Amino acid sequence: MKIQITGGRVIDPANQLDAHQDLYISAGKIVALGSSPAGFVADQVIDASGQIVCPGLIDLQAHLREPGDTRKGTIASESAAAVAGGVTTLCCPPSTLPVLDSTAVARLIQDKADQVGLARVLPLGALTRGLEGGQLSNMVALQEAGCVALANARHPIASTQTLMRCMEYAATFDVLLMLHAKDADLTAGGCAHDGITCTRLGLPGIPETAETLDVARCLLLAEQTGVRLHLCQLSAQRSVQLVRDAQQRGVAVTADVAIPYLFLCDEDLDGFSSDYHLDPPLRDRCDMAGLREGLASGVITAICSDHQPQDAAAKEAPFASTEPGMIGLETLLPLTLRLVEDNVLTLDEAIRKLTAGPAAVLGLDLGHLSVGVSADICIFDPQAQWSLTQATTRSKGLNSPFMDAALTGQVTCSLLKGRVVYTR
Amino acid sequence: MTKLTDPTQLQLTAGGELRHFLTTEGASRELLREILTTADSFVDMNSQSVKKVPLLRGKTVVNLFFENSTRTRSTFELAAKRLSADVLNLDIGTSSAKKGETLKDTLQNLQAMASDMFVVRHHDSGAAHFIAQHVTPDVAIINAGDGRHAHPTQGMLDMLTIHRHKGDFSALKVAIVGDILHSRVARSEIHALRALGAGEIRVIAPKTLLPRGLEALGVKVYFDLAQGLKDVDVVIMLRLQLERMSSAFLPSQSEFYSLYGLTRERLKLAHPDAIVMHPGPINRGVEIESEVADGCQSLILKQVGYGIAVRMAVMSMAMSGQTRQAAALAETVR
Repeated sequence: MKIQITGGRVIDPANQLDAHQDLYISAGKIVALGSSPAGFVADQVIDASGQIVCPGLIDLQAHLREPGDTRKGTIASESAAAVAGGVTTLCCPPSTLPVLDSTAVARLIQDKADQVGLARVLPLGALTRGLEGGQLSNMVALQEAGCVALANARHPIASTQTLMRCMEYAATFDVLLMLHAKDADLTAGGCAHDGITCTRLGLPGIPETAETLDVARCLLLAEQTGVRLHLCQLSAQRSVQLVRDAQQRGVAVTADVAIPYLFLCDEDLDGFSSDYHLDPPLRDRCDMAGLREGLASGVITAICSDHQPQDAAAKEAPFASTEPGMIGLETLLPLTLRLVEDNVLTLDEAIRKLTAGPAAVLGLDLGHLSVGVSADICIFDPQAQWSLTQATTRSKGLNSPFMDAALTGQVTCSLLKGRVVYTR
Repeated sequence: MTKLTDPTQLQLTAGGELRHFLTTEGASRELLREILTTADSFVDMNSQSVKKVPLLRGKTVVNLFFENSTRTRSTFELAAKRLSADVLNLDIGTSSAKKGETLKDTLQNLQAMASDMFVVRHHDSGAAHFIAQHVTPDVAIINAGDGRHAHPTQGMLDMLTIHRHKGDFSALKVAIVGDILHSRVARSEIHALRALGAGEIRVIAPKTLLPRGLEALGVKVYFDLAQGLKDVDVVIMLRLQLERMSSAFLPSQSEFYSLYGLTRERLKLAHPDAIVMHPGPINRGVEIESEVADGCQSLILKQVGYGIAVRMAVMSMAMSGQTRQAAALAETVR
């Protein structure tokens, strides 16, 4: 299959490319940019005039809910949501049922994803068995079974000694750790940022130190053990400062932020809408500004969706009794483009945070449009005005505070390995 | 963005009348004054030999208690009966919720019984608000305490007590003492006091029992009881749950009492005519000395009686707001 994408503005941050060029694909790979290779006859021509052509987006955190929770989402439904949002590669966390702490589950997920054939699904293996924070999982076996990194999902590792040994062992075999910073005691029982809104609403609070203490613990241990560490979904300004200081000391640490934390804050909880129940909790305006600054300055190198589909029962209850999380695959790109409008990032930087940035975290040769790489491509109309609605979302989850919100920028076509996996 | 209606709007009809009573936060001074005036008339009625009025005749009030309560539930029950309503008491804490039924399913079942008003107590903050949004529009919801968020009828009965015994709010300094962090009563009192224009609102507690950023609600925070009590006109003591010691909020009962217990000696720091209140049930010797609780400045038992009057006021107002709202809706449909 030979495909020519014509007339589009190609933006490839990794190659510092921003030009109107045609793109030529053959046998699943990019074979040329600009001028046609000799003898190239396209089987399919995709007209991308007026549109932006960029590498397929890479999402460092998207829950697919399979195996175990298929009433909330399946690999098929959530992969469809991914490619509709331009996401061609995603990492799924190990908090499945059974937990992704065995090679069997890792293979099961990848086999299912291959059968579905929409997005590239990269499993994150459990760092500790059953995510219980006690025994180390078979890290090397999991890595060999396709896990790109190990994580403990949102389960805190209470024992610092266990965490240190996890890091030492992982460092021995150069395994990347993707951790959520979360102090077990300070988060217990809480459901909202411990600030003025939480005080007014009488919700059990989670102080900022629930995150920053663990960020500090992880950073110091990473420095000591030399492990490759990635901190997931920072929520607090001071976490960004701690990561910046560590990076300046030469610690091998990267960090991401999930998209809602750049637009929402604890004040949005007013009215008790469970759509705003997230983990970590939405913090205050200063934190939102601090995270935006962390993105702009480069301390944070990736933006993820932290997609978490929920069923109605999980969200239709009083706030504290609901499950945290929101869907985000289909709104990841338009919301990231809103950061360009808000003068936080340039268009090139915005695309980088969704492509080359996360690829570098994972150490994978993805997220760019060089000749010879897999043709994973996202084509979007930067001017299109639209809204995600309950009727149109492909995700099984309907839980998003951005449902029905006015969005600018819409994916029109996604390609994975040179195959069209989505067209609007 | 889909955003749930603000609770202060949700509890009013289009014309600004009460149709649910979920919180005192954001309520107008006029509305709170109307509650006090209406309650005042019921206080007088409750001291007469015939204590019934037909305001809720033919209506069904369901007391939905997901959390145990004796005092609040019985005063709501009495209030409903004095308004001539039929009352059904449901102790959900020991039935449906334990059988795994979701709150929404429980509500839908009760709705099917054609109730007119739910009086709700629930351990989750925002529960009453959630229920107000997920039941048919003609059921009035009265919040009888949700988590740490609000207990508006308790807040208003305290306002009625102050109003009847101290008069004009603007001249008053009010101190609330004890476990503010876990107290829905304190939150409802603070909002009501502000709306009614209280001269000064103080809270007195150690940092472990103070929620973050409380000053933003318009109160002065004191850590020292003696300083905080100086010249106040009203002292509201909060109940201290004994499990606060075991969960490391406080070192011991005796240390708390020595620092924050209201004794006769300490009460002398307040204005000589100061009144002492407590939402009950009291812990003698933990937050309050027996002699103070039973003393001439204490209005603790009067509060219980006022509670019935305030609940009658709120229930009758909400029911009339609901009826008017339903009539208005029917009008627009026609």
